[in-house]
Amino acid sequence: MHLAYPAVLSALLFCTGLYGVLARRNAILVLMSVELMLNAVNLNLVAFDVWLSRTAEETLHSGQALTLFTIAIAAAEIGIGLAIVLAVHRNRGTSDIDKLRDTAERHDPDGPDGPGHDARTSGPAGEAQKAEATA
Amino acid sequence: MTTTTLAVLVPLLPFLGAVAGLLLGRTAPGFVRPLAVLPTLAALVLAALVAARQGGGAAVDAATELTPTGSVPIELALHIDGFAALVAVLVGLVASCVQIYSTGYLRDDPRYPSYAALVSLFTSAMLLVVYTGDLMVLLVGWEVMGICSYFLVGHYWETPQARAASLKAFLVTKLGDVPFLIGLFALATDAGSFRITRILGTVASGGLDHPTPIALLLLAGVAGKSAQFPLHTWLPDAMAGPTPVSALIHAATMVAAGVYFIARLLPVFEASQAAMVVLAVMAAVTMAGSGLAALAQDDIKRVLAYSTIGQLGYMTGALAVGDRGAAVFHLLSHGAFKALLFLAAGVIIHAAGTNSLAAMSRMRNLRDRIPDAYWTMTVALLALAAIPPFSGFFSKEAVLGVAEHVVTGHTEHEPAAAGWIVLVAALLTAVLTAAYATRLWLLAFRGRGAEAPDHGRQPLTMTVVLWVLAVPSLALGGFAFRVLPDWFDGRDLGPTLTTSVLGTGLALVGGIVTYAAWRHTTALAARVPLGAVAAHPEGDAARVEAEAIAAHEPAYGDIAYAPDPADPGRLLLGPLHRHAAAGFHLDAVYTALFVRPVQAGASLVRFLDREVVETYVRGAGALPRWLGTAVRRSQTGNVQTYVSALLAGTVVLAVAVVLVATGA
Amino acid sequence: MTLAAAAGLLGSGPTFTAAAETRGFLSPTGVEIAFLLVGLVTFGAAIVTVTTRQLVHAALWLVVALGGLAVEYLLLTAEFIAWVQVLIYVGSVVVLLLFGLMLTRAPIGRSPDADSGNRWAALTVAVAAAAALVWVVVDAFRTIWIDLDGPAAGSTEATGASLFQNWVLPFEALSVLLLAALVGAIVLSRKAKAEAAPPAEPTPPKSTPAPSPPAASTKPGSSPAASTKPGNPSAASTPPGNPPAGSPPATSGPAAPSEQEGTR
Repeated sequence: MHLAYPAVLSALLFCTGLYGVLARRNAILVLMSVELMLNAVNLNLVAFDVWLSRTAEETLHSGQALTLFTIAIAAAEIGIGLAIVLAVHRNRGTSDIDKLRDTAERHDPDGPDGPGHDARTSGPAGEAQKAEATA
Repeated sequence: MTTTTLAVLVPLLPFLGAVAGLLLGRTAPGFVRPLAVLPTLAALVLAALVAARQGGGAAVDAATELTPTGSVPIELALHIDGFAALVAVLVGLVASCVQIYSTGYLRDDPRYPSYAALVSLFTSAMLLVVYTGDLMVLLVGWEVMGICSYFLVGHYWETPQARAASLKAFLVTKLGDVPFLIGLFALATDAGSFRITRILGTVASGGLDHPTPIALLLLAGVAGKSAQFPLHTWLPDAMAGPTPVSALIHAATMVAAGVYFIARLLPVFEASQAAMVVLAVMAAVTMAGSGLAALAQDDIKRVLAYSTIGQLGYMTGALAVGDRGAAVFHLLSHGAFKALLFLAAGVIIHAAGTNSLAAMSRMRNLRDRIPDAYWTMTVALLALAAIPPFSGFFSKEAVLGVAEHVVTGHTEHEPAAAGWIVLVAALLTAVLTAAYATRLWLLAFRGRGAEAPDHGRQPLTMTVVLWVLAVPSLALGGFAFRVLPDWFDGRDLGPTLTTSVLGTGLALVGGIVTYAAWRHTTALAARVPLGAVAAHPEGDAARVEAEAIAAHEPAYGDIAYAPDPADPGRLLLGPLHRHAAAGFHLDAVYTALFVRPVQAGASLVRFLDREVVETYVRGAGALPRWLGTAVRRSQTGNVQTYVSALLAGTVVLAVAVVLVATGA
Repeated sequence: MTLAAAAGLLGSGPTFTAAAETRGFLSPTGVEIAFLLVGLVTFGAAIVTVTTRQLVHAALWLVVALGGLAVEYLLLTAEFIAWVQVLIYVGSVVVLLLFGLMLTRAPIGRSPDADSGNRWAALTVAVAAAAALVWVVVDAFRTIWIDLDGPAAGSTEATGASLFQNWVLPFEALSVLLLAALVGAIVLSRKAKAEAAPPAEPTPPKSTPAPSPPAASTKPGSSPAASTKPGNPSAASTPPGNPPAGSPPATSGPAAPSEQEGTR
């Protein structure tokens, strides 16, 4: 089999996931897109590992081992990610990514005071999350 | 201790007293009065010791160079001759009297500590000017006096008059100080040294290349400091300060510094005939003009201020005819009686609750309230009017005699024109002096009308110094005119018969005419009620005075003038009265010549700054602001946008790297 | 061109490249055809996943895409990876995502605002990235041939031997990571208000994960059943933690799905 087939498929899947991450509004859909990207990487790893195991004398099967690790880490990531999304949804009542704009510059009349003001207002929310994380 | 050590201590003690007073003024108020009075008294004693040791003999010279200061060395030098020794004694005496008087005069003033420290500093600076033998060190004292006068004249800074007067005093004297500084540099460059002795040596050997410009430049500074025409306008306004400050400035320190400076460097001025003539004209205009103005003033202190200007004119006149002995003699006697006049005027203002002569002329029995001030002031006014045997007579006759000498050609290098100018002006001024002295005495002590208010006895500190100063006013001239030539240049200072008869006769004429005019007008006084009295007569003298000064303009419409038909000066001066009261409108001329152009220039600069420069600044700021607005738009807070931009950049960079790597 | 040469140098000797030259894209083998077809399905499913307006459908299409990928793994002879993929992704992750959708009250049916306003920028970036990647990958690897004959490269035996001979330490470190993720997920999804009332609650979940990492470390080598371990760490932990908190159904939301998922 040509190595180009899995490589191109992997690239396409990755870019599809990329589009999803950039374009989806719901945070859970973004997480799905991230899964797609991770799987694209996995496909690459597997394909190259198979190719390498045929050509090289001694391999560690590093591609497949890393794939397993990636899958494990992806599972952990999806668990943590969902927990964060749930926490955000509970606090803000929404899980839409483009509504979480705490880092935006407010259009306050007092120009130079704006960023500091923002930092102060966004402070408590961050505190709350931090407190939640440490609780 | 050597004479040099003593002489160093003389300016140093008041300086240390000033520093200690400023430091301890808040923390230890109990020490303020001793710290004010004792160093000054000690300086007086030491100055007297120095004078006794010097004894009119050879000048004491000592110098030390602290550090190399370039091509023209600056040294800490002493140069004590007879002039310096005697003037220092006068300064110490007047300063001590003023300090003692101030303890009573400003006894409830919350700012007394800083006031006393500044007076000490002022005294120290004047003593430095008197003793120093180096012109740069002299300039230090000169400028310290300028600063101190600014603060002291503005002591009642709550009143707008005091604020304006202190600024005016500072600016006008500084206006003279700039040419003065340039003149000093030119002089030092010509002579190669700032030491007075070396400069005088250079002058004696004819080594001065540009005597006329130097002398004229120095003259500008002297005119500013000694309140000579045309830079005299700050002095009458400086009456907004407390009376002891007026006494200090007018009698012994600041205004005397200019005269003393010329006396020290007289050979430099004598090297230029033009400078001597200018000096003579300046003196003559100052004398005559100030006499006329003094006759028209309503504020008792302004009368005395114009009188000071006139007497300084006498001194510069004596210098213009080349006799510094007569000038310093008049400086000494004038210092004594003018200090007395001011201090007595302070007592009168306190007792009467007003500084207006018009108001005083409507009070009966003012003299019985303040007998000390009455008698000492009478003595001082007689001395001022040069009535024998008071001290003013002898010193003034010395000036007249010198001028007559020059006129009659007894001296070689003084121009006869200067002699004539000085002599005529001095005789005219003698009439005017007697006239305004008589007017002051009559209006202040011979008032009719309501009973003068009774505020009880004046503080002892305020009356004792009057008698202390009355002694030299009475007797200094008569005893000193035989001794002083030994201390000075050796010229005879005794009165000559011609000028004595002429001067005394003219003074008597002035006095009698004024008395007649007063008799004529005094009946009017009852018909025109006038008078505004301080709101808090029970307060200390300083408060009464500040209120009187602040109330004068609202009450009478002008700070110098009162619409009083009973004023003999009004009758004597006729149509000239209005102009004389305003100081011959010199302030208006200055306003038109300097103030308005400066203000116009300032508004032009303001316009340029506001409209032109600001436009450029705004323009320069607008572009970044627009850029900032554009950039700010991208800060949406939407993480997806950020990541999009990040990844787009990554793609572009990756493609670029691939292209470069493949060599495409 | 240089990339291709570099890859050739990196991967194999010149003899192999010479052998690869003989094979062209115009005469595909059967495996290639199968790979291509399944790849098309996978790609299509992925496209639908990121574009559909029905959120639940997106998750289901994701199942198709991930399953397609598992088939691709099988075609590449990586059978163990394929089964792990099916078990973890299709079995647990997607279910977890579905529960997440429900818990955030995602609308069933079409939601018009599933895509954000960033869509066109995202499309541009994605297409550009795809073009660049595909260009580079094709340019680099078009001559490289994978020989799929012979013993399977990704058999369970080969993978297990490699994993426990060469990758033991990273494997154990991974178990620590999973433990941390487990604790973190619990902490994050706990209600902030409930913190004051039951302070004793955090301890049971903390005690239960302790046995699980050793289990995770021991199991994967033995059987595929053990490979669920890394996929659902929170699922394994929550059943003991749930009964004490289970009295209010609404508040125990985050814990409930993982429990049910764990039962599956």
